[in-house]
Amino acid sequence: MADCNETLRELDRFLDSELSDETRVAIHGHLEGCPDCLQTFDFHAELKIVVAQKCHNDEMPPALLAKIEACFGEVFSDLDEST
Amino acid sequence: MADRDAFAAEAMQYAPQLYSAALRMTRNNADAEDLIQETYLRGFRGFGNFQEGTNLRAWLFRILTNTYINTYRAKQRRPQETELADVEDLYMYRRLGALDNASRSAEDQLFDLFTDDEVKQALEDLPESFRLPVLLADVEGYAYKEIAEMLSIPIGTVMSRLHRGRKAMQRALFDYAVARGLTEPAAASPEPAVPSAPDLPETPDQEVNTYG
Repeated sequence: MADCNETLRELDRFLDSELSDETRVAIHGHLEGCPDCLQTFDFHAELKIVVAQKCHNDEMPPALLAKIEACFGEVFSDLDEST
Repeated sequence: MADRDAFAAEAMQYAPQLYSAALRMTRNNADAEDLIQETYLRGFRGFGNFQEGTNLRAWLFRILTNTYINTYRAKQRRPQETELADVEDLYMYRRLGALDNASRSAEDQLFDLFTDDEVKQALEDLPESFRLPVLLADVEGYAYKEIAEMLSIPIGTVMSRLHRGRKAMQRALFDYAVARGLTEPAAASPEPAVPSAPDLPETPDQEVNTYG
């Protein structure tokens, strides 16, 4: 069973789903019995969600999509001519 | 080979996500638009090399990242910043934990504590070598291995930059909240004046000053 220090050391990799199954199980085991570590992990998991949500809502300029379509026309009309 | 029109239609669905990421990279609308157009030009030109079954979104993000690094980074003429002040572990958590929040969930509280602009600003203010890993991991959800490939840096470097970049972001966000009077700095860290241990990288971090 992992202790608090070992558990906190794996915080990033746990939240990023980058742990081996074995280590993940060990961390889970510790969190079940340790409210302090569980609260710490919960906080950082929520923070990661909030950061993603708040950085994902930019409005794309409407004209940009038309410009991308123009890129498509430019590239593929060139290809058509060359074949 | 994949069907060209289906490929293009799917690629265009990712434009809003790519545009958001381009904004965080370039930090201004005009460059972000240029970067997106260049990304799609390269993407369409690379259609012949696209293997059906490849994750198209990741493929486009790789082109976006490469184009930014090779074109816009040079154009923006920003000094290559690799320095970032060390911040103690759990910086924000320890300070916010002292506040009375018993009645609200952590997510509600955090969501309301910061504005969208503050979170974007905190991310955009990170030096680029930290900003790209945080953007690709925390906003776009890529795995360490994918980020390492996109940025041409070792996985250990991805991890150490993520760790330090996140802490710096948390400190900036906490400072924004304090500046708006939403938290009491007096209620900060219960541990007085204990210097935090320096942050040791997960593996020797070769600061090559370039992403390749």
